[in-house]
Amino acid sequence: MTPGVDRSRVPHPGPVPSVRFPAVGTVRLSNGLAMRMVEHQGPPLVTFLLAIPAGSASDPPGQAGLAALTADLLDEGSDGRTAFELHAALDRIGARFGTEVGSDATTVSLTTLSRSAAEGLALLAEIVACPRFDEADVARVLELRRSRLRQLRTVPGAVADRVFLETLYPTHPYGHLGIGTDASLSALTATDVRQFHRDAFQLGSATLIAVGALTHEGFIEAAERAFGDVPMRPVSGAVVVDPAGLGAPGPPSARLVLVDRPGAVQSELRVGHVAAARRTPDYYALRVLNMVLGGQFVSRLNLTLREEKGCTYGVRTAFDFRRAPGPFAMQGSVQSSATVEALQEVFAQMEAIGGDRPVTVTELDLARASLTRGFARGLETAGQVARGIARLVLHGLPADYYDRFVAQVEAVDVSAVTAAATAHLHADSAVAVIVGPADQIAPGLGVLNLGDAERVEIK
Amino acid sequence: MLDYTKHTLENGLDVIVHEDHRCPIVAVNLWYHVGSKNEQPGRTGLAHLFEHLMFEGSAHHDSGYFTPLQQAGAALNGSTSCDRTNYWEVVPTSALDLALWLESDRMGYLLPALTAAKLENQREVVLNERRQQYENRPYGMALMVLMAALFPPGHPYHGTTIGEPADLQAATLEEVHAFFRTYYHPGNVSLTVAGDVETGDALARVRRYFEEIPAGPPIPPVVVGAEHVTRNLAAPDGVRFVLEDRVELPRLYLAWRTPRLFADGDAGMDILAEVLTGGKTSRLYRTLVHERRIATDVSAAQGSRELAGWFCITATAAPGYEVDELERAIGDELAALAATGPDPGEIERCLTQVEAQFVYSLQTVGGFSGRSDQLNAYNVYTGDPGFMEQDRARYREATADQVRVLAATQLTPGGRVALSVVPHGAAGRALVGSTAARVS
Repeated sequence: MTPGVDRSRVPHPGPVPSVRFPAVGTVRLSNGLAMRMVEHQGPPLVTFLLAIPAGSASDPPGQAGLAALTADLLDEGSDGRTAFELHAALDRIGARFGTEVGSDATTVSLTTLSRSAAEGLALLAEIVACPRFDEADVARVLELRRSRLRQLRTVPGAVADRVFLETLYPTHPYGHLGIGTDASLSALTATDVRQFHRDAFQLGSATLIAVGALTHEGFIEAAERAFGDVPMRPVSGAVVVDPAGLGAPGPPSARLVLVDRPGAVQSELRVGHVAAARRTPDYYALRVLNMVLGGQFVSRLNLTLREEKGCTYGVRTAFDFRRAPGPFAMQGSVQSSATVEALQEVFAQMEAIGGDRPVTVTELDLARASLTRGFARGLETAGQVARGIARLVLHGLPADYYDRFVAQVEAVDVSAVTAAATAHLHADSAVAVIVGPADQIAPGLGVLNLGDAERVEIK
Repeated sequence: MLDYTKHTLENGLDVIVHEDHRCPIVAVNLWYHVGSKNEQPGRTGLAHLFEHLMFEGSAHHDSGYFTPLQQAGAALNGSTSCDRTNYWEVVPTSALDLALWLESDRMGYLLPALTAAKLENQREVVLNERRQQYENRPYGMALMVLMAALFPPGHPYHGTTIGEPADLQAATLEEVHAFFRTYYHPGNVSLTVAGDVETGDALARVRRYFEEIPAGPPIPPVVVGAEHVTRNLAAPDGVRFVLEDRVELPRLYLAWRTPRLFADGDAGMDILAEVLTGGKTSRLYRTLVHERRIATDVSAAQGSRELAGWFCITATAAPGYEVDELERAIGDELAALAATGPDPGEIERCLTQVEAQFVYSLQTVGGFSGRSDQLNAYNVYTGDPGFMEQDRARYREATADQVRVLAATQLTPGGRVALSVVPHGAAGRALVGSTAARVS
C-alpha cells in the first residue's frame, strides 16, 4: 500500500498547454471553389463538409420550410442515379451522409474511410450539384415532412420552440422553425425546390472543408476530380444572406404565452428575448456571462432549480449567436406544480446578474476556466475540426480566431460581465412561453405581474 | 486495434491504460458492474438513483463533483443501464490527479457524505427525469411495456432502469447505503485511463489513489430463474398490447427475446437489423416508407444485453394507414428473409457498415462509446479489454444462411410481443386482440 494520499484538499490541477488550432490549408480549386483542409491524425477516416451561407432565414416569404426541404431532397437521387442507387453507392463505402439546416447556413457533410475519400467526395459533389428533384420524390418527402410536423405537435419542446420564435420574431426571417408550417409546406412544389437550389446551393459562395487522414495534395487532387467540372455561380441576390438584409427584429416587450397541454406532468419553458448578433464586441463577455447564469451544470439556474429545489432534471440558457441578433433563451422542463416558482426564479436571476448580484470572482474564474481549459477537447475529431472551420467561414472570423480564443476569454473581467448583462439581458421585456396543463398553471400566473397569459393553440 | 495494458490491483480493481498522445487530454472512465438487474423487487430505480448520488460529494470533498471538474476544464457524465453503471471525465492532462482523487474518494469514502437531504433532492430530480424522458414524451412509456412483457416479473430485466415512482419514493437512506456497500467497491470496477499519459506513470497514479481502498464482499449473483431462460408466450401468435398516449400517429412495436450479448446469433441479429432497416436501401425502409408510403419511419435493433437479448422492429403509421397494415408488410418481409435470406450484396453492405462503424467509434478517447468506454465494456463483459478483434470477427464470419436461419427461428409469431401505441380514445386502432397495457 502506498501511503500518503493527501485527502485534506482536492489536487490543484496544473496549467494546460496552449493548444493551437491545426494548420489549415486554404486554396481555390481551378473552377474557383474555396477549399480549406486539415491533415488530421487519427483513425483512417475523412470528413468533408460543404458550408453554404443560406439557411432557413432564406426561406422566401410564405415558403417557410423550403431550405430544409431542399436539403432533405439532396440525397433522393441525382441526374445519374435514383435515390436507391445513390444510397447503395454511399453504403458501399460505409459513408455517413447528413445535412444540417440552421437559420443562417446549411452544411452538407460526408464522413468515410480514408481509402474511399475520392469516391466519397465525388458522391458529395454529385449530391450537391446535380440533385434529381423528381416530382414524385418531392411529393413523397413533403408528405414525410408534413407527418413529422404533425408529430411535433405532441413534442413539448418543439411546441415551445415554435411559439417562442414566432413571438420573438413576428415579422422576421428568424421567426419560424426550419421545418416550416403545414400551410407553407402544402403549397411547396418541385419547381420551388429547383428554384431554391439554383439560388442558394451555388458553389460560388460555398466553402468545401476537408479534414482527416489524408495529405493536402491528396485532398486537392480528389476535390479537383470531384468538383472541377461544377460551374461556379454566386448565391443569387434573391436569397437573403446579408445580415443587414435581415432587418431588425421588432422592439422587445414582455409577453406571457401559455400553450395548454392538459394533464401534463411537467411544463416546458422558454424565457428570453432577441439578444446579440455574432459580431457583437461583447461576444466573449456574453459567453462567460452565460456560463455563470445557465450555460453549464454548475450555473446559478441549474444549481437552484435542480440541485436545491429538485423541480427539474436540468435547465440551461444560451445566447444563439447568429448573423443578425439571435435569441437568448432559458429552456427547461419543470414539474408542473413548480411552474410559477421556476419562472420567478429565472426572471429574478436574469435581473440580478446585471444588478444586485453580479458575478463573483469565484464564478468568473470557474466560467473562464471551464471555457478555456476544455478547449483542447473540442479539437479531437475530424468532425470537430471541420465544424470549427465552418464556423470561421460562415461568420467571417479571422484565421487566427481559435488561437486567440483563450486570451480573449481570459481578458473578460467582472465589470465586462456586468456590463454585458446590463446591455443584453432584459428580464423586464422577456417573453415567457409555457407548454403545460393550463388549468393547473393559469390561476397562479398573476404573481408574475405580466397580466393574463396569451393562450396559443397549436394547429 | 487498441493498444492497452491491464493490471488488477490487490483489492480487485481492474486498471486499463491506453496511450494516445494526439491531444493533451486524458479520459478517466469507470464501469461499476451493477445496474438495474441487481435491484430487488420493490426497489426498482435504485441503481440509477445511486448514480445521481455519486455526484453529490464524498467524505473529503463534501459538495458537488461538477464544480472542481468544470473548473479544471473537464467534461463529465455518468449513465446506468440494466447491466452496469459508468462514470467518466475527460480532463486536460494536468488534471488527471484531480479526476483520480475524486473518483477514488467516492469509491472509498462516499457514505459519510451521503445524507438524507441529498437523497431527498436527487429523488426529486430523478422523478423529474422520469417525467421528462418517459411520461411527458410521446411514445415514452413504450419501453416499459415491452420490457415488462418480454421479461416477466422476477426476471432481472423486467423493469426499466429509471424505476417505478412508488419504489423511488420508498427507497430509504439505509437501503441506499447498503447498495453502496454491496456493489461499489474495487473488485466490482473496471477503470480505464486513456489519452495523453505514459502507461507506467498512469498506473502508478491509479495505485496511489485506489490501492488504499479495501476489497469488498463478493457480489451477490444475479440469477435468471430456469423458468425465465426463454420466454414462453402462451398464445400461438404471441401477445398483443395497446397503450393510449398523447400521440398523433399510431406506432407499432414488434419485439422478441433473442441471444444475449456475444452469444451465438447475437452478431447475426445485428446484421439482420441492418438488412431490415439500415439506411434507405434497407428492405423495410424501401418497402414501407419509400415505395408503399404506409410508414413515416421504421427502425430495428438487436438489444444485446448481458443476460438476454431482445430484438425490436418499430414503425410509425403514415396518416391514413393503420398498424395492422404495417404488421402485414413487416411480416411479409420477414417471411421472405426467412425463406431465401439476404443476398450477397446485402451482406456485403452490412459488413461494410459494421466495419466503418468500428473505425468511426475510435475517434474519441473519452465519453460515452469512446475508446475508454469500449475497453471497459469489453473487460467487464468478457474479461478481455482486447476483445474488439474477436468482436469484429463475429461479423466477418456471419453468412447469409446464418442470417436466414435467425430470421426463421428467432422472429417467430409465437415468441412475439406486439405493442400498438395509439392516440387517446383510439384503442380500436391497435392490432386486433390487443389488451390494455398498464403503466405507472
